[in-house]
Amino acid sequence: MEYSFIYIGLAAAFGLFMAWGIGANDVANAMATSVGSRAITIKQALIIAAVFEFSGAVLAGGEVTKTIRKGIIDASSLAETPELLIFGMLAALLAAGLWLLIASQRGWPVSTTHSIVGAIIGFAIVGIGMDAVSWGKVGAIVASWVASPLLAGVLSFLLFSSVQWLILTRPDPLVRARRYVPFYIFLAAFVMSLVTLFKGLKHVGLDLTTLQCYLVSIGFGIVVALIGKVFINRIEPNRKAEKKFHYFTVERVFSVLMVVTACGMAFAHGSNDVANAIGPVAAVISIAQEGVVGQKAPVSIWILLLGGMGIVVGLATYGRHVIATVGTKITHLTPSRGFAAELGAATTIVIASGTGIPISTTHTLVGAILGVGMARGISAIDLSVVGRIFLSWIITIPIGSVLAIVFFYILKAIFG
Amino acid sequence: MANYISKVFGASPVAPMQDHMNACYKAARELLTMFECSIADDWSGVGASREKIVALEQEADEYKKQIRGQLPKSLFMPVPREDLLNLLWAQDQIANTARDISGLVLSRKMQIPEGIRVDFLEYVTRNADAAKMARKSVRELDELYNTGFRGAEAAFVEALVDDLDRIENETDEMQTEVRNGLFAVENELPPVDVMFLYRVIELVGEIGDMSERIGRRLELLLAH
Repeated sequence: MEYSFIYIGLAAAFGLFMAWGIGANDVANAMATSVGSRAITIKQALIIAAVFEFSGAVLAGGEVTKTIRKGIIDASSLAETPELLIFGMLAALLAAGLWLLIASQRGWPVSTTHSIVGAIIGFAIVGIGMDAVSWGKVGAIVASWVASPLLAGVLSFLLFSSVQWLILTRPDPLVRARRYVPFYIFLAAFVMSLVTLFKGLKHVGLDLTTLQCYLVSIGFGIVVALIGKVFINRIEPNRKAEKKFHYFTVERVFSVLMVVTACGMAFAHGSNDVANAIGPVAAVISIAQEGVVGQKAPVSIWILLLGGMGIVVGLATYGRHVIATVGTKITHLTPSRGFAAELGAATTIVIASGTGIPISTTHTLVGAILGVGMARGISAIDLSVVGRIFLSWIITIPIGSVLAIVFFYILKAIFG
Repeated sequence: MANYISKVFGASPVAPMQDHMNACYKAARELLTMFECSIADDWSGVGASREKIVALEQEADEYKKQIRGQLPKSLFMPVPREDLLNLLWAQDQIANTARDISGLVLSRKMQIPEGIRVDFLEYVTRNADAAKMARKSVRELDELYNTGFRGAEAAFVEALVDDLDRIENETDEMQTEVRNGLFAVENELPPVDVMFLYRVIELVGEIGDMSERIGRRLELLLAH
């Protein structure tokens, strides 16, 4: 194909920029509850984010990448003109990247997922035709945007209610926290590893049966829970701090759990959001290399590595400043709440990642926070901010679409 | 770049509520010093106490404004906004009452008649104790928030509120005694002074009443 190196070069550059943007901006949202509850330091948060965003992207980012690459657009009508899809995917990356840049500079709560999905739908409708969009798949994705905050909210509500019932409302909360928190650690580690094993590891050459997946996940969960138990046993009651806040030591036990859920949240975020950057890249590369649209080959691992690295670089160059400010802004979010919100959100997100559905990490986490709030867990939630976050996709999708259409015609005029 | 998840969390009213209550209690406690000074005929001491009380009342006002400012109607909270504001009002009344009493004592150079001095000082002390108990209860607010206003912590606060009620009952009984004492000697005193003495006795009792009301408001916050 003519210009194929240029196409691949442009795609890689745009995709890296998007990945950089995710690392610079979105990771802070995923880490906000961990940093805000002071369970981990900023430095620890950065290390956790770097390691687990990267491993989430590489190990479990494949399914959503597949959806972005070829699930939204039905490319069968493009057999004769595969270049159109290249222009479209490049345009989608440019559109989403530009819109996110504008929005994040103004502090608008805009989701990367909504931007890229809106952009792909936009260029497909105008550049190819209404039939080119897999409306069934798009319908399922949009439905999941409503369902994912709800599911996360319900999970977090149940998690936090169980914590209240088992630990916080009891006369001996510290004894009970030491006893029950390892089980929550097990749950977090188990869910994360199960979804990863089911869906993620095929492209790294590991193919396990369902039973093996469960056994390995249970084993992994037990190991992590035991390590957590060691740390929990080491926590000495701080009588002085308890005088001021009676649940001081109890919350320190939850801090151990919070380290695990922070890892889970970063992992989940990486697994779902890396696709927003590299899904279009994967599409462009396979068309440019093979000259055909109906790609059967799985997403190659080096593209996922590229996305994971882009996120880490974004985190290191810019995201760390954003994360640092989060800690100072959130007050009075104790680890017993933060973990419930994170585990509910992370579980929902990895399930979506496993089924290949691109969802908004931020919306899911906000849903989870509301769930904890419903269980009387959070001293104040600003519903006007929540409303703005939830409504943002209504404006993001048309803007992403229109920008993608503009870039699509520009690219077509240059290369076409 | 702004991080919008952090904006989802509104500012917690707990710490300023506790600071507010602390200022109110300290104003009530200062009344004791003030009456001791007036009994000792130390009017510069009374003036100093008055200044302290006015400053504490202003401090409480600042916290009150801060709390009201950070509780917009768009907040979703584990307790009704109205209940919190009612609790704040009751707390604030303690500082206001202390300020009113200190104003009367200083401007009228009030003297407590010798026959009721001991009873009167005990009465003031007990009312300040009620305010202290109210402060102790309000100090449990962060624990109440952490437990979702349920369970063992809620039971603990209810026990504190019971103690508070007991102290308030005592102040009521003491008020009757002090009034009876004043009645026995009132004919020997200038009538206008007597009128204002009854008024001060009543106002001091309000500190206990308001403390009791703080207990009631806290009970309303508990989940049943």
